[in-house]
Amino acid sequence: MLRLERIHTFYGPIEAIRGVDLEIGKGEIVSLIGSNGAGKSTSLMTISGVLKPSSGKIFLNDTDITGLPPHRIVELGISQVPEGRRIFPKLTVFENLEMGHYLERGDLQSSFDMVFTLFPILGERKNQKGGTLSGGEQQMLAIARALMSNPDILLLDEPSLGLAPIMVSKIFRTVHDINRRGVTVLLVEQNAKAALKLSHRGYVLENGAVTLQGNSEDLLHNEKVRHAYLGE
Amino acid sequence: MFLQQLINGLTLGSVYALIALGYTMVYGILELINFAHGEIYMLGAYLGIILLGFFTAIGLTSYSLYLSLGITLLLTVIFCSSYGFTIEKIAYKPLRNAPRLSPLISAIGVSIFLQNYVMLTQGATDKVFPSLFGGAGFTVMSTRITYLQASIILVSAFMMIMLNAFILKTKTGKAMRAVAQDKVMASLLGINIDTIITITFIIGSGLAAVAGMMVAMYYGLVNYFIGYSAGIKAFTAAVLGGIGSVPGAMLGGILLGLVESLGAGYISSEYKDAYAFIILIIILLVKPEGLLGRSLEEKI
Ligand SMILES: Nc1ncnc2c1ncn2[C@@H]1O[C@H](COP(=O)(O)OP(=O)(O)OP(=O)(O)O)[C@@H](O)[C@H]1O
Ligand SMILES: [Mg+2]
Repeated sequence: MLRLERIHTFYGPIEAIRGVDLEIGKGEIVSLIGSNGAGKSTSLMTISGVLKPSSGKIFLNDTDITGLPPHRIVELGISQVPEGRRIFPKLTVFENLEMGHYLERGDLQSSFDMVFTLFPILGERKNQKGGTLSGGEQQMLAIARALMSNPDILLLDEPSLGLAPIMVSKIFRTVHDINRRGVTVLLVEQNAKAALKLSHRGYVLENGAVTLQGNSEDLLHNEKVRHAYLGE
Repeated sequence: MFLQQLINGLTLGSVYALIALGYTMVYGILELINFAHGEIYMLGAYLGIILLGFFTAIGLTSYSLYLSLGITLLLTVIFCSSYGFTIEKIAYKPLRNAPRLSPLISAIGVSIFLQNYVMLTQGATDKVFPSLFGGAGFTVMSTRITYLQASIILVSAFMMIMLNAFILKTKTGKAMRAVAQDKVMASLLGINIDTIITITFIIGSGLAAVAGMMVAMYYGLVNYFIGYSAGIKAFTAAVLGGIGSVPGAMLGGILLGLVESLGAGYISSEYKDAYAFIILIIILLVKPEGLLGRSLEEKI
């Protein structure tokens, strides 16, 4: 469904991604794991069109979408929940969600119904300013906001970052739930074990290149992965 | 005397507020001080005078003053908005990713260009305009209010109420606030940043056009240089209220107008222009984020 071919992305002179190949099939959950600075967020920002790759191609259902601006990517059905949530602090929870539906993909009411079913707390807080929510609530809002555009593919950048264990498992369960509703998920995580348990397949990124890939089950038992990312 | 200065100050302040809104909205979205904004106001004043002169010549003003004013206002807004649109496309958009100083220099360049362009095409001397309203007005509590003053205050208030409703209630207005808070995130939700920037320039220029036309009628004269002092004062008003804050620009503009006119009335009118800058200096020293601005730490 989504395919990256030999993508290279630079920040000025720094090459953050060096020829990444990646493929995500319809209905899958795919994890992208790697240590700090490996290039995970850069990969997501390149898919979303915020960063332009210097070479390589990105295909969505065999259509070349390389270099399209971010708003066109969203229009085509790829939404991202970026690292650090990036809630609009001075918009209310409700307005944050409305912005998620900016392109009017799908029906507004059923989008609201869906996110308030997934995260009832957001319904209770809907007139509160985004900036006043707790970290966990902000993460829920960030995911809900991305879902408001009824994406086909959801890119999640470290959704468990900085959350208490109970909230982490809630977020992971929700990701599972979202996937069951037919949304394809690309999940970036430091929490490699939980991510691989949840996902069908995984990629390991090191220094801007993919060094390992395979079924999550296999990766979980891989000697190198266990050592470097599972701390075993 | 006090009430009289209050009315004068309110008239002036409404105009500053309308111009200040353009500075603050552009700054809120691009963190750019659009130094060419005062020139948009100057162009609005010129076009207002030219059109009203034309309508007087063909007898439209004596047929219906309000019709001529309406048409003039509409055309002036369209004209200035297209200038604002074009300036953004030519002078700022190509510099979107340049170092911060570059668009600032570009803005000053546009400002100098527009001043000279108007000076060459319209002449370097004042253009005088015969008053359409005369001194007509009414008296409340021994305070004289001309119809023109009342119209300026009412029109400005109306524009500001409309703008506020637009920003708070409409989808585009909310998107403007989202873009001002986090551009990358807004684009990740499907908001086209360039479109929002364009709309911001168009609205800001339209407000400056209204201000320009009203002031031209109020003072009955324009020259190619009026954008400079009005621009600096409106900018001061925006800083006073807290640059980037829309209610701040409104408050700052009105306060500045009141201070100028009360200062002129009670202290000395010789120093009328200095009051604005004294206030600017005090604000920068005491409360650099402005009256309604967010603190700098919060912004970073
Ligand atoms: N704006 C930037 N300018 C310059 N270099 C950057 C920028 N953003 C990221 N980098 C560099 O690119 C590399 C990849 O960064 P990236 O954010 O993609 O890593 P990551 O895998 O998401 O790491 P983390 O797990 O810490 O979020 C890093 O070496 C980083 O220093
Ligand atoms: Mg990252």
